[in-house]
Amino acid sequence: MKSKSEHIISRSIMIAGMSSILFILLIFLFLLKEGTPALMEVPLGDLFSTRWYPIENYFGILPLIGGSLLVTFFSILIALPLGVCTAVYIAEIAPPAIKQVLKPIIEILAGIPSVVLGFIGILVLAPFLRNILNLPTGLTAFTGALLLAFISIPTIVSIAEDALYAVPQSYREAAIALGATQWETIWGVTLPAARTGVLTAVMLGIGRSLGETMAVMMVTGNAPVMPNKIMSFFLPIRTMTATIASEMGEVATSSTHYHVLFFIGIILFFLSLIINVSASWISLRRRSREQLVS
Amino acid sequence: MYLPRGSVYAGAVVSNWCHKMRPSFARTSLKKNQIQTAGFWVIRFIALVTVLPILGMVGYIIAKGTPSFSWEFLTQVPSDGMRSGGILPAIIGTIYLTIGTAIFSVPLGVAAGVYISEYAKDNILTRLIRIAIISLAGVPSVVYGLFGLGLFVLFFQFGTSILAASLTLSIMTLPVIISTTEESLRSVPARFRIVGRSLGATQWQTIWRIILPQALPGIVTGIILGLERAAGETAPIMFTGAAFFLPHLPSSVFSATMALPYHIFVISTQIPGMPVEIQYGTVLVLLIYVLGMNVIATFIRNNARRKRQW
Amino acid sequence: MNQKALIIQNLRVQYQDGLESLRGINLEVEPNAITVFFGPAGGGKSTLLRTINRLVDLEDPKQLEGSILFHGKNILDSKVDVIDLRRKIGVVFSRPIPLPLTIYQNVSFGLEVAGEKNQQKIDQQVEKALRQSTLWEEVYDRLQDPASRLSGGQQQRLCLARVLALEPEIIMLDEPTSALDPVSTAKIEGFLQRAKEEYTIILVPHNVSQAARMADFAAFFLQGELIEYGVGKDFFIKPKDKRTQDYVEGRFG
Repeated sequence: MKSKSEHIISRSIMIAGMSSILFILLIFLFLLKEGTPALMEVPLGDLFSTRWYPIENYFGILPLIGGSLLVTFFSILIALPLGVCTAVYIAEIAPPAIKQVLKPIIEILAGIPSVVLGFIGILVLAPFLRNILNLPTGLTAFTGALLLAFISIPTIVSIAEDALYAVPQSYREAAIALGATQWETIWGVTLPAARTGVLTAVMLGIGRSLGETMAVMMVTGNAPVMPNKIMSFFLPIRTMTATIASEMGEVATSSTHYHVLFFIGIILFFLSLIINVSASWISLRRRSREQLVS
Repeated sequence: MYLPRGSVYAGAVVSNWCHKMRPSFARTSLKKNQIQTAGFWVIRFIALVTVLPILGMVGYIIAKGTPSFSWEFLTQVPSDGMRSGGILPAIIGTIYLTIGTAIFSVPLGVAAGVYISEYAKDNILTRLIRIAIISLAGVPSVVYGLFGLGLFVLFFQFGTSILAASLTLSIMTLPVIISTTEESLRSVPARFRIVGRSLGATQWQTIWRIILPQALPGIVTGIILGLERAAGETAPIMFTGAAFFLPHLPSSVFSATMALPYHIFVISTQIPGMPVEIQYGTVLVLLIYVLGMNVIATFIRNNARRKRQW
Repeated sequence: MNQKALIIQNLRVQYQDGLESLRGINLEVEPNAITVFFGPAGGGKSTLLRTINRLVDLEDPKQLEGSILFHGKNILDSKVDVIDLRRKIGVVFSRPIPLPLTIYQNVSFGLEVAGEKNQQKIDQQVEKALRQSTLWEEVYDRLQDPASRLSGGQQQRLCLARVLALEPEIIMLDEPTSALDPVSTAKIEGFLQRAKEEYTIILVPHNVSQAARMADFAAFFLQGELIEYGVGKDFFIKPKDKRTQDYVEGRFG
């Protein structure tokens, strides 16, 4: 039997619990409300063309999608080995003293705001790359990929590290007892056993990269061109996120340009949604399968 | 004799591997050790490559930012088109936004976390809530900016304001606070709940008097980390509350405000003739603000672990 | 004709996963005596205890049928005030579970959630409860210390004091001494012998010899059924049912 105040409290708590559903629906609906007019105002063929020049009413978003994919892909190419190896080092090889130093450093990286990374990118990294690689400008897809890699590394490291810790010690002991070196154990036994966790880590890292705005906006130059050559990697490019951030301030509300920017937002929303939901679905499935086995 | 299941699996994999590798036993041993030593050095090197840039970057910012780091810098308003003077309005603005975010996201987030951990049953509704939280966590920051613009600035007509920006940041921070609250509550052993109820306490009394106090350090850590991220974000506040040229402090929640992240963005990309020392100095201030929160959170977490009574 | 403390009629309990059920228990608990529920693991004793103070509600049982009459009213009825019920029927668990609070706060917890505001009254009740559980002498000068600093035996007596502070009518103890050393065990058994003048005691013993020592009345449970019930002394010397006899003599356990 609950008193009246207890009843009010538990009701409020329940409402709070359901608020997250409300918010995600709100976001979805608002994006839809402001973004779908773009489908009406811009013919589909034009929308999915390769020319993005809003001033002259060219709203082809393919270069932007291409830019995002290119930068994200290469950032993961860099971040994956760096992140996984660092996680392996911390979880399996490093002595406790070094571990205690290393983990806070990774946490510091996780805490650095992306605008600060973009700042360093512009002022330090871009000029450096321009000189070293003899490029016309240092603001390129490559620079962006490099920065993005470092932004996603903390995510990859911490989740992969957790996955490695979760592997039962008995696996490692058994392998060693059968004559394997620690090195062989890591790559032949431990890492494969942790593979769902590592996969989750990588997916979340991809999600992070895809959604990153400031750092890419500041260092990838400002060229919404289709990345269709190898050299494109070392030339300026534009991501979806950077486009929204840099152009939103200058659009008239409810103009076509405005609607198209929201439409790009819808694409970003769904991409990130798919990545994040499947990542957690994978890790949840793994957890319940592990409970069956043990 | 007890043979753990994992060892059978491990054994199969390893013996397979070993079989592939050997001509002679002794030679194999030496070679395997050489591979291991080399491999370990490669891993160490990679870890170093990952970690050194972080240290280098922070060190560089400290080195180049400290010269302009002075009391005047922190407490005076800017002048000469932001090219000299202090950055007080940006600092105050960031503080206001942090407080504003906390006001909305903390009560809602903690309550939601309590609901999921203590009240929710294992049904479809709960699963939907979890999916919603994961989804909210995955929304890119710039999409939050769009959402905040559409809903708070335009639809509710709050205008570009501290209010709109704080609300936007709060929804963005919600998933972090909810998840850490749930985790912290779950880590408190179930037996305390049973004992509390057996002594005639209601569910809320048990939560309020026993469970929540024990989970508090974890919850506070999560709140601080969530607010730390909110303080450093630019995209959500760009169209909802941040402004660049506001040399005076904001007058109400309905006014726009300067903020450190946005300020850094503008002065490093859009202001010709911006002195480099001021840029680095501003970045240093933001870094101290954000990493300072990190340090506080870590301190709370470690302290709580020591004093735990279970 | 003395009033029974509890009248259990046709009690059936089943969990969501079908585990440990009670199949039609009929039992009357005598007041101011120690009634022992004993038997091998899985017999339903703990479930019965949890049902008597409705703690089983927390586990969302699939089936809860029958009645338990306490002062003539069926406490399984949904309109019953379970909060108040749990104050009148207290329980001590097999492992000492001190709340993560001070010694004082552990004992005063039940009173405070009941709404007692008079600080003096609380102080008095706390001291009285600690004296009854023989813990007072050992802790009176450090009531503000965390309860986790006490030894196992002291913690269990603290758990006892917690229940006593609420002045219950029935005290249920589920293997209270299984985690304790012989000295602490003796202290608690001593308390129970003294306490039955004021309270009705239901005890799930740690082993058969404890059952034989303590029982005024005894009930033998096997796989969810009540096999036999009788007066203590006779019960262990000459049980009527062969299964009871086998268990008492240690042929299974």
